[in-house]
Amino acid sequence: MSTITRDELVHVARLAAIDLTEAETDQFATELNVILEAVARVNTIVTPDVPATSHPLPMTNVLRDDVVIPSIPLDEIEAGAIAFEDGKFLVPQILGEE
Amino acid sequence: METALVPYEDAVKRYDPVIGIEVHVELSTKSKMFCGAENTAGGEPNTHVTEVCLGLPGTLPVLNRTALEYAIRLGLALNCTIAPSCRFARKNYFYPDIPKNYQTSQSDEPIASDGYVDVILDDGETFRVPIERAHMEEDAGKNTHIGGDDGRIHGALYSLVDYNRAGVPLVEIVTRPIEGAGDRAPEVARKYVETLRDIARAIDVSEARMERGQVRADVNLSLRPTPESPLGTRTETKNVNSFRAIESAVRYEVSRHAAVLDSGQPVFQETRHFHEEDGSTSPGRAKSDADDYRYFPEPDLVPVAPDPAWVEEIRAGLPEMPAQRRARLHKAWGYTDAEMRDVVNAGALDLIDATTASGVTAAAARKWWMGELSRIAKQGDVALDQLNVTPQQIGELQGLIDAGTINDKIGRQVLDGVLAGEGDPVAVVDKRGLKVVSDDGALLEAVTAALAAEPDVVDKVKAGNMGPVGAIIGAVMKATKGQADAKRVRELILEQING
Repeated sequence: MSTITRDELVHVARLAAIDLTEAETDQFATELNVILEAVARVNTIVTPDVPATSHPLPMTNVLRDDVVIPSIPLDEIEAGAIAFEDGKFLVPQILGEE
Repeated sequence: METALVPYEDAVKRYDPVIGIEVHVELSTKSKMFCGAENTAGGEPNTHVTEVCLGLPGTLPVLNRTALEYAIRLGLALNCTIAPSCRFARKNYFYPDIPKNYQTSQSDEPIASDGYVDVILDDGETFRVPIERAHMEEDAGKNTHIGGDDGRIHGALYSLVDYNRAGVPLVEIVTRPIEGAGDRAPEVARKYVETLRDIARAIDVSEARMERGQVRADVNLSLRPTPESPLGTRTETKNVNSFRAIESAVRYEVSRHAAVLDSGQPVFQETRHFHEEDGSTSPGRAKSDADDYRYFPEPDLVPVAPDPAWVEEIRAGLPEMPAQRRARLHKAWGYTDAEMRDVVNAGALDLIDATTASGVTAAAARKWWMGELSRIAKQGDVALDQLNVTPQQIGELQGLIDAGTINDKIGRQVLDGVLAGEGDPVAVVDKRGLKVVSDDGALLEAVTAALAAEPDVVDKVKAGNMGPVGAIIGAVMKATKGQADAKRVRELILEQING
């Protein structure tokens, strides 16, 4: 049965850019393992002829025509932005990347 | 500290290069991939955006049918199999050019897979590049870094983001490792991307202008001691944005890898940046667990299962591919390999094709486009197809020459008139009064005068020396300001001399 280790949890949290305290790490490791146990139980009854589901509705090909609609007015965008400069969203400096 | 480079010719003698290329092609739909915001280059920042491409909460994407059709068309043109059913996936990463913190892409279920592209190299040889997959995804926005050195992230105080490009439909085409190119790996890489560009244009899914970022290439390279050895460690040079740069990037990385391997060190798997100014690359970030994008199926989009009948309809509507067309025209026109290569490199293929379609021989069409017109284009530093003359006008011009209405020399004057915007060739001939003088009376007068000026010519010709006839023709042409029909002038001269 698959279980998640504390290290794996810390790794996944870092990828998701979530800061966890020590207490939270312990708590979520325990809780996630309950979920993994449930998934493991489901896996015991899944056979290869059951396709994986990514969507609860039996639908395919929901498509739209290639038609242009108006843009949101710039003043409305600016009003909703935390910081805006020269018509662009202002974001904090991006570190550790190039 | 970078190791010194091994000269390219030396490196490829001792190592076998393997390349892999990822190319993003922007699709030229009217609206974006998942919303109705206009898909257009330029414009004021953030003026082609909707709630969906800004990633606002509570919005739902809906796939653009035309984007799907273009992706299928491109997949078919790359000889791929179109997936009977496929899904989108979320590629998760944190960067402000992606407002949702994930890019909607495709992971293990691409729309198209297992194809190939036949690439015609500079010497006419065909090289087959294997295609692993072509998948649909959305483009990201654009960041401008403020306060750092020359707009780079390093040292920037903050960044500004424009989402006009966010959500523009892309197809990413990924090759399998391209083996067997040997010392021609740089050329194969360049020609492959050029061929993709030509295909995308031929099937009308993208303008595919590399200088505008509508085609973007990432180039992977690894070396191995022999073609039988397992693949070496690769590096990926990002966003190589011109055809020349693709060739330079491969050459540089071959030389660099060879130096690293010669020194007994391992090559680091990393992303590298290309520098246009000197054709070098420098290390970017090392591949790390930051590349763990935690792909998972996109729950906001339902699977895509293109109707096989629709796929077949798209296949049936595909035009002739550029390589086949070139081969067909090469044969039909009867050009030598070198002539054909020059025509292709000059961008004259379409122009000559259209000119011959107006009834001109391939030889005459080539003479105009590769001769006089190439010279004029070069002088003005413009592309041939930007000259102010159409293939139809060249056809009309050659028609006037063939009919004897004008001669070659006047033809060039007529061309000047057309280029100057004086109208079609027939109109220019009328306006400038450039018709060939074929009125025997006027010509005879000029011939008599010319012969009178050179009395010894008559004796020489009578004695069988035809050489001086050319000088008399020249004098007549001069007297008639080049408007005489040279063939008729010659006939008249000989009639005069021989009685």
